[in-house]
Amino acid sequence: MTSATTPVRAQRRLSPLARREARWAVLFLAPWVIGFLIFNAGPMVASLWLSLTEYDVSNPPRWVGLENYRELAQDRVVFKSLGNTVYYTALHVPLAMAISLALALLLKRVGRLQGFFRTVFYLPVMTPAVAVGILFFLLLNAQEGMINRGLGLVGVNGPNWTTDPSWVMPGIVLMSLWSLGSTVIIYLAALQNVPRELYEAATVDGASAWRQFRHVTLPMISGALFFTLIVNTIASLQMFTEVYIMYFSNRATQGAFSSEAAQFYVIYLFQQAFQFLHMGYASALAWLLFIVIMIITYVQVKLSNRFVYYEGDR
Amino acid sequence: MSTLVDGTTAVAVPPLEPAPAKPPRDGEPGWRRGLFLLALVAAAVIFTIPFIWLISASLRPREYVFAPGFLPVPFAPENYNEAWAAVPMVTWLFNSLLVGTAAAVAVTLSSAWVAFGFAYFRFPGRGFLFGLVLATMMLPFAVTMIPTYLIWNEAGLTDTQVPLWAGNLFGSAFYIFLLRQFMLSLPRELFEAARVDGASYPALFWRIAFPLIRPALLVVLVFEFKASWTDLIKPLIYLRNEQLFTLPRGLKVVLDRFGYGGEQQWEVVLAGSVIATVPMIILFFLAQRHFIEGIATTGRRG
Repeated sequence: MTSATTPVRAQRRLSPLARREARWAVLFLAPWVIGFLIFNAGPMVASLWLSLTEYDVSNPPRWVGLENYRELAQDRVVFKSLGNTVYYTALHVPLAMAISLALALLLKRVGRLQGFFRTVFYLPVMTPAVAVGILFFLLLNAQEGMINRGLGLVGVNGPNWTTDPSWVMPGIVLMSLWSLGSTVIIYLAALQNVPRELYEAATVDGASAWRQFRHVTLPMISGALFFTLIVNTIASLQMFTEVYIMYFSNRATQGAFSSEAAQFYVIYLFQQAFQFLHMGYASALAWLLFIVIMIITYVQVKLSNRFVYYEGDR
Repeated sequence: MSTLVDGTTAVAVPPLEPAPAKPPRDGEPGWRRGLFLLALVAAAVIFTIPFIWLISASLRPREYVFAPGFLPVPFAPENYNEAWAAVPMVTWLFNSLLVGTAAAVAVTLSSAWVAFGFAYFRFPGRGFLFGLVLATMMLPFAVTMIPTYLIWNEAGLTDTQVPLWAGNLFGSAFYIFLLRQFMLSLPRELFEAARVDGASYPALFWRIAFPLIRPALLVVLVFEFKASWTDLIKPLIYLRNEQLFTLPRGLKVVLDRFGYGGEQQWEVVLAGSVIATVPMIILFFLAQRHFIEGIATTGRRG
């Protein structure tokens, strides 16, 4: 790692050996560069261009200028689905983070049983999203589902999770919280990296449990918190499979009310692109999503810079 | 597409030993530990109930699917025969296995190859290029989805399984990042000694780096296999022919045919869900350490 003593820039003419090394360096990086051009950079540019056309795959694209964006600004479903998606994200991300942190804090203190409980919390993550969607659609069933039966046991009259438009989203959030095992494990790893001496010093100083948590634990795991905030937000804004399975199957009896209440942005994008073959319009939708994700991520990074504590020199 | 490893910015050389279970902290009163344990048990029960219900309901006759209780009574294992007979489940299992293996092997080999390029060679612009790798982790799948489909369509490869794994031949940003971290932790003298002995660059990669980062390679392998096995959106976009479907796509067929699309035979749909899930549970128990360490590494930041 320390052998880069020869300044590369100064060597105008490379020795045969260096030239051979350069050739191999190119060969090693080539797959990624090619993949980047074909599957990342290319599509980014292509989808920007497509968003200015009308394209149904079988006929050549027709240039329409900003027409798609104009249409998008007047599309009620765009706003509905964007609103739903942001609402879901705003519920899911903080809840998932808080519950995961609580579970990780408990896990850290149980000693030998930790492995067992960790497995219990992680197994839902292994379950295919399609199965999760099916399972929770049935668990959330208002009359016969396990969730309302459970609520009934404690005297609560459970809502119509899958049919009442205002309860559809909380039901989806409930389902999403089942699969928070990855976040738990990230927090647990971060908690186990906090040096014990810090707690010992805090105890000597007479800090209460809450103050230790607030002034030792939280700053020391702020990197992990920040990371999960960013990753979970980006993933939530692209929620697709579970909801598509629950509310968008080929069901004649599909209640329009619940599918509108469950209209997520990427589902709408998918429908526009692959069901109606509005590739141009869908590309405009994709770009809007990209911009929304960029803005939200940027704001999160900016805000987090004030809270995230990096050990050492950053 | 919503797995946690889709995008990260973690920085650290991750150790792959299982995290040592710490003994309870000194001076923690017994009753408090008991309380923590109780809370965990309660949470664990809540997390397990959906599984128990899934398995139990899949083993009950149709009219008992929603019956209260968690026991499969009356016992109706024939639900599985029905699911098995009604749809080409074996074909789908086999397809999932094939696609998952191709996706996992392709991404592991290519990402390790590229990671070696970033870890070993020094060249101007390397930092920038690696920054670009990290940047692609933030790129939402939904944004590149349409042009990527058009590329495969142009190549005449839609309605084949190729688009489900071939993109993996070019490495994947997160895995390149992860494997590079591991390669950087190998002592450079190892490679220099081999160079002096006349080893070629591919030999450095294949004979030295590759075997030494085996645990990390297994992390990539199992993660990608799981990601491929559970993915619905790619098969949904690319496949029409039922014979080519992977399990999640097939499970959607079962759902449409037996669930709310058709007969409301939820017991068959649930049996299908169990069939799609069990291989993942087995995989988890076989490779538990790699899943846990892979995830833990994801969020570790120095």
